[in-house]
Amino acid sequence: MSEPIFASAADLARDLAAGTLSSEEATRACLERIESSDGDVHAFLHVRADEALSDARAIDQRRASGEALGPLAGVPIAVKDAFCTTGSPTTCGSRMLEGWVPPYDATVVRRLKEAGLVILGKTNMDEFAMGSSTENSAFGPTRNPWDLTRIPGGSGGGSAACLAAFEAPLAVGSDTGGSIRQPASVTGTVGVKPTYGGVSRYGLVAMASSLDQPGPCARTVLDAALLHAVMAGHDPSDSTSIDAPVPDVVAAARAGDVAGMRIGVVTELSGEGYAPGVEQRFQEAVAALAAAGAEIVEVSCPHFSLALPAYYLIMPSEVSSNLARFDAMRYGLRVGDDGSHSAEQVMRLSRGAGFGAEVKRRVILGTYALSSGYYDAYYGSAQKARTLIIEDFDRAFATVDVLVSPSTPTTAFPLGERTNDPMAMYQADLCTIPSNMAGNSSASFPAGLAPEDGLPVGFQVMAPPLCDDRLYRVGAALERVLTERWGAPLLDALAGRDRLSEGGRA
Amino acid sequence: MTTTALSAISPEDAWMDYDEAMDLFDVVIGLEVHVELNTASKMFCSCPTDFGAEPNTQTCPVCLGLPGSLPVVNGKAVESAIRIGLALNCSISPHCRFARKNYFYPDMTKNFQTSQYDEPICFDGEVEVEADGERFTIPVERAHMEEDAGKSLHVGGATGRIQGAEYSLMDYNRAGVPLVEIVTKPVLGTGAKAPQVARAYVAFLRDMMRALGVSDVRMEQGSLRCDANVSLMPKGSTTLGTRTETKNVNSLRSIERALRYEISRQAGILAAGGRVKQETRHWHEDGGRTSSGRSKEQAEDYRYFPEPDLVPVAPDPAWVERLRETIPESPVARVARLTEAWGFTELEMRDVIGADALDLIEATVEAGCSPQAARKWWMGELARRANAADLPLAEAGMTPAQVAELQGLVEAGTLNDKLARQVIDGVIAGEGDPAQVVAHRGLAVVSDTGALQAAVERAIAANPGAVASIKAGRQAAAGAIIGAVMKEMRGQADAATVRELVLAAVG
Repeated sequence: MSEPIFASAADLARDLAAGTLSSEEATRACLERIESSDGDVHAFLHVRADEALSDARAIDQRRASGEALGPLAGVPIAVKDAFCTTGSPTTCGSRMLEGWVPPYDATVVRRLKEAGLVILGKTNMDEFAMGSSTENSAFGPTRNPWDLTRIPGGSGGGSAACLAAFEAPLAVGSDTGGSIRQPASVTGTVGVKPTYGGVSRYGLVAMASSLDQPGPCARTVLDAALLHAVMAGHDPSDSTSIDAPVPDVVAAARAGDVAGMRIGVVTELSGEGYAPGVEQRFQEAVAALAAAGAEIVEVSCPHFSLALPAYYLIMPSEVSSNLARFDAMRYGLRVGDDGSHSAEQVMRLSRGAGFGAEVKRRVILGTYALSSGYYDAYYGSAQKARTLIIEDFDRAFATVDVLVSPSTPTTAFPLGERTNDPMAMYQADLCTIPSNMAGNSSASFPAGLAPEDGLPVGFQVMAPPLCDDRLYRVGAALERVLTERWGAPLLDALAGRDRLSEGGRA
Repeated sequence: MTTTALSAISPEDAWMDYDEAMDLFDVVIGLEVHVELNTASKMFCSCPTDFGAEPNTQTCPVCLGLPGSLPVVNGKAVESAIRIGLALNCSISPHCRFARKNYFYPDMTKNFQTSQYDEPICFDGEVEVEADGERFTIPVERAHMEEDAGKSLHVGGATGRIQGAEYSLMDYNRAGVPLVEIVTKPVLGTGAKAPQVARAYVAFLRDMMRALGVSDVRMEQGSLRCDANVSLMPKGSTTLGTRTETKNVNSLRSIERALRYEISRQAGILAAGGRVKQETRHWHEDGGRTSSGRSKEQAEDYRYFPEPDLVPVAPDPAWVERLRETIPESPVARVARLTEAWGFTELEMRDVIGADALDLIEATVEAGCSPQAARKWWMGELARRANAADLPLAEAGMTPAQVAELQGLVEAGTLNDKLARQVIDGVIAGEGDPAQVVAHRGLAVVSDTGALQAAVERAIAANPGAVASIKAGRQAAAGAIIGAVMKEMRGQADAATVRELVLAAVG
């Protein structure tokens, strides 16, 4: 690849190690691309151009001095604005935190820095990660590089779109109900939600603590695995972090071997509500895996239908409590502090002004669900449903190695189409939510373009907890077969375009 | 003004004499005690917990509740909580969770308190306390772990509360300091002794926490805080009455006083046909009364739910058993043991406990003093001095070791009682240990028989009448001569020795 912006992280790393490319050159190329295309895409909320170049030069110097560096040292990366970064604003796409610069780094961010990755900036997201289109960002939506009139998915639309727009080779996301996988699906990129507890949540501004999980976003399966290996591992600062060895995801991504693997197709995640092109590409991908030697069986997960309603009780309940700290007393937006209002009134005014409609909707829903007299009926029942979903997974994984489904029922929908219809918006996470509820690992890989609209379709793979390597094994196998079939990686179609444009097919 | 007139006859002002109230009502008390643990670091982060540091210097992203920060449980705090539970004869939960208690207040950095709700680590215990010579069993509902809030300083305004304050200053050093909250079940059947029982229970907790070494238990610093619930029911009734919860009860004495006050106040209201309002009340030490605080008629909804940021606590049963072996003897058992060992009467022992002298006497005995002598000094001379100076006995100015040393000097004949009192003066004045005071003041009993003999002879010569009486067989007459000798020796003679010398000389 002649231009660094189109190169994979693995190729960049190889060139950096070989000395044929400097981190400064790679970083500058990304910054220039951001400069030229992000006006259209709006993947970034904050670009730390000068600091990134200075960080890149420092890595180049360390490399020049013969220091042993990590495999991704010098590779540029984008970070979702939900992760605390010292020296850079962390807004979570909310007015509430506009301008707030954290005094500490998230564990994930610290690990990126320690591994020598160069942070380009912070990516756009639905406010506090609540949404499936990035339209809930207080700072304007991100647009899908495949079609600028369409959504890039959410909440991590910025992290997915910056990859598809070749503004960064890697990005960090967080996935509470599909916020990594659904954007990956609709932008033709790779997104992985690791096992809950596999990657530290310390410094990830919490949306729903029992569901949130940071994960890697990339354009290739190997790149995602390389980033996964940097991010993952036990962190004593997060007591839900698992103290166990990280599965060898890089080896799995390099192997990409599915011969003899048993793959279960989830019966319930298809049919009504699924776009024909999505179903078609999904079936073709399953057939491709079968051709690569996997055994395909159909598996029923009867309680997956409870996942969405139960999620919309547990998630808002945790949201209502997690977001209580935004009260204008210690940091963030403060409204009404003019001497005529009490502390309580300032809290109320600030929260009223600082939170957007979707955040308020979920805070209110959650407050209600946890209220005395309703707790058992709502939060309690939802937890029971959660147990049933876990049991569905356990039963399935007793007979198959992984489960597969479409990542999201449709391709990218037009901006504005669902902003006034929360229920329709929530449907975008129908396939991804079960894995958050159960805590198992799950990923979305590109499966091609839907014939009807020429937009990317995602293929979801779900693996048991701590078996994240299986995701990469299946993803890499699929990537190899499909790339052969297409003649080039899916995103090359976009790389070939002179300009990103509205209206889909170039 | 009309409002004044109305309030003048409001049932709030009704009042009933305590003894009269006891004739008409049964008392039910309940106590919620917060014990601040003395762990080196906070409940969920590694910040230090030192009392009195500069505001907001002992904070970090976790205890400030900064976005993205996460709690991690302090293992030492769990250990302390379990040991407290074992000392209260509680069952220890093999698996329990933290819960979030949600409410908005500026001193709560997260606007929820990480506490325990339906799964406390310790539950179903009981302790025996003694009040006014009678033993009572206090049933303990639970002891659970939680974190403290920050401290607010409300500036301006009349009440010192947030309402009406010009501005408020927040100190988050205390935010996240580990607490164990110990809650009793309703305590019935204590009759007129209810306030004393409450006091004895809190005193028990204080002594036990100190013995366990889990807390500084300084009520004045807030490391032991007590909320006292009380309700009345007409004699013979089995339906619990409406309770009030009195806060700001910051000494053992105030617990007793506040409960007596609330009982009389509630009895007055009920006897006048009024209704006790369910509310929080504040105790005012100066005025010796409680005043209405937050109404609890509309119960606050804390929207408790399991803390998703923390994994459950599952103490290993073998560990719990090892901790059980570290639990000190209960105060009631200890009192029984010491009464027996020291040979005190129950009445003597009760006085000793009432004077807060038990620990002091025990330490004095351990330093080699006989129990009776130790009791004599602490309950006599030292108690008098402590009372006069309005100080707790332990701060009277002598250590148990010094008392034991003093008694040793008396028993060796170096000091008599009168001289010993002067030595006490010297020790209290900071002149050193008793032996040093004796040397410094030259107080030792004169044992130089030459000087004594001379004094005796002078006294005999000066008192011929007494000499005659002695010779006539009335030995009591020797008192006049002995007195004269003692006077000449300025008290620094052993009276028994003088007596022997006088009788020998006359005889």
